[in-house]
Amino acid sequence: MKLIILDNYSMTSEWAAKYIRNRIIEFSPGPEKYFTLGLPTGSTPLGCYKKLIEYYKNGDLSFKYVKTFNMDEYVGLPRDHPESYHSFMWNNFFKHVDILAENAYILDGNAPDLKAECDLFEAKIKAAGGIELFLGGIGPDGHIAFNEPGSSLVSRTRVKTLAVDTILANARFFDSDLSKVPTMALTVGVGTVMEAAEVMILITGAHKAFALYKAIEEGVNHMWTVSAFQQHPRTIFVCDEDATLELRVKTVKYFKGLLHVHNQLVEPLRSMKQDASVKKTYSD
Amino acid sequence: MPSNKSVSDAPIIQFHNCRILKDHKLRREDLWIREGKILNPEKLFFDEKGSADVQIDCKERIIAPGYIDVQINGGYGYDFSLETDNVNCGISVVAKKLLSTGVTSFCPTIITSPIEVYQKVLPRLALRDSQPAHGSALLVGVHLEGPFISEQKKGAHLSQNIRSYKARGFQDLLDVYGSLDNVSIVTLAPEMERSEEVTGELVRRGIRVSLGHSIASLSQAEAAVKQGATFITHLFNAMLPFHHRDPGIVGLLTSDQIPDGQIMFYGLIADGIHTNPAALRIAHRAHPSGLVLVTDAVAAMGLPTGQHTLGQQIIHIDEELHAYVAGTKTLCGSIATMDFCVRHFWRATGCSVEAALEAASLHPAQLLGIDSVKGQLEYGMDADMLLLDDELNVKATYITQQQQYMSCSELS
Repeated sequence: MKLIILDNYSMTSEWAAKYIRNRIIEFSPGPEKYFTLGLPTGSTPLGCYKKLIEYYKNGDLSFKYVKTFNMDEYVGLPRDHPESYHSFMWNNFFKHVDILAENAYILDGNAPDLKAECDLFEAKIKAAGGIELFLGGIGPDGHIAFNEPGSSLVSRTRVKTLAVDTILANARFFDSDLSKVPTMALTVGVGTVMEAAEVMILITGAHKAFALYKAIEEGVNHMWTVSAFQQHPRTIFVCDEDATLELRVKTVKYFKGLLHVHNQLVEPLRSMKQDASVKKTYSD
Repeated sequence: MPSNKSVSDAPIIQFHNCRILKDHKLRREDLWIREGKILNPEKLFFDEKGSADVQIDCKERIIAPGYIDVQINGGYGYDFSLETDNVNCGISVVAKKLLSTGVTSFCPTIITSPIEVYQKVLPRLALRDSQPAHGSALLVGVHLEGPFISEQKKGAHLSQNIRSYKARGFQDLLDVYGSLDNVSIVTLAPEMERSEEVTGELVRRGIRVSLGHSIASLSQAEAAVKQGATFITHLFNAMLPFHHRDPGIVGLLTSDQIPDGQIMFYGLIADGIHTNPAALRIAHRAHPSGLVLVTDAVAAMGLPTGQHTLGQQIIHIDEELHAYVAGTKTLCGSIATMDFCVRHFWRATGCSVEAALEAASLHPAQLLGIDSVKGQLEYGMDADMLLLDDELNVKATYITQQQQYMSCSELS
């Protein structure tokens, strides 16, 4: 496990975006070889999306040969509802970059057969060759995607009833009217995310400090589903200082001391512009 | 993958790197168009898995809805009230040239004229048959300014052509106009006898009644509004000046007698001559949502200085671009183009760019009741639109997605 501790939210956003950028470019995706990226919604990844958009606009990064799979979507919420995860992804990411519609996969929470929709999603991930990098965030109760406390740690994509905590937390997005908050969602399983080649989880803010502690300093426990990633060979937690408040000083010092090593993952920062020119020089 | 063929074969154009006027704000958004209509790109993405066939880099320009001029008497040497035999030719020339001024829809305006003019001109302006050729601004109905107006506020209209409907009311009006099929606005003086019944009948027939060339008191004007009048013709011009004991037609801007949910619209000639900048500011601050910029342009718009015709008379354009009845100091219509009026209004009032643009697009569309297809850049609406620089100079004009005009500086 890698734990990247940075000063604040914007630095964590930028670090994560740089990492994604380097991973995509180093993968050198093309028409025969798509980079598959798992994506979350919510406020945590917003800063990271903004940075990725910036890289695209500057010509440093392209999503033309990237396939994305989103973690979850509400059941029964109209697709064009402003709080649907389709709307979120469109407004905060897809419309700003060059990703093709046919490569952006999001679960359809209005599908007539929800179970079939979930199975199909798993099949699509498999057909795409599995997920290369899954970006995730967590809730204060340690849930990843909509895998609420108590979810099986080998679960697959399925219909999930939301925990009361999650419904209450979401009410602010639905006119603070509990009756308007969706109570069910389609979500990838913990097992689905575990199968990704690499997982990067963003955790920021003091309110998530206890969840981070549970995720990395205690044992694997289905009441803190994010703790499952202790068993994943390649997991990166990217967090800010506030999120480390519940960690032991020893843990924090150890990983901070390693930061200069981990920073080699994002330095030097690669660019598609630069790569193109480098390749040209060599091929000439 | 280009556009989804199962939905439409038409190419999809994406304008990017621009700010578009939407929901009363300039927003940094892309604008997508297919088959001459504005497309919802989110639906395209998720439903059709489609993408743009053509991308146009707008280089930071503003995209605004095309301007709609509801009062234009002519231009480029043509006078709609005079070209009785050849009005379609005049319309088509003007319609083509208007694009360079940002106007994509207009109401050709016939001033107080002899009966023969109405009888000859109106049938020739059938909306269905007489739309100018492809690549021109669109006719959205005729504006009949007179002849049922006040002798005391006739302005440049000729006395001998002024009429009343005192004898037979609406029938008198029909006898003069012949047919109302192609008419969208009638300007009349509400203090004239039987005006209320005439106004009511016009409104019932779907025609906008505008108050102007009038000495009406506020209560007379309010009576007309109760009958359905929704517009004021070139506010401040050809009406009683504002008086605090009886503010006259001007008082409608802040009247409490306007029916709920109705907006009182008023035309303003922001050509820098017909309305003092302070008066523009008064109107704008009192009632911004009803403000409609009009050019009231005459045949001389777009022509050099000298003698020109307006209706049955000769006018003179001087070096400062004032248009007078020849030999007098009576102003007789403007020769400013709509894009100039928008810029002048914007600078003179210090209003937002959005407010200036909407005064020439959304508001006239609302007045005419065509705001579900024109005057805004909402999904599904006609792609009549302008590319403007930050000074609101028109750089390009598109009608139903075809680029029809591009400024010289943009070509280089």
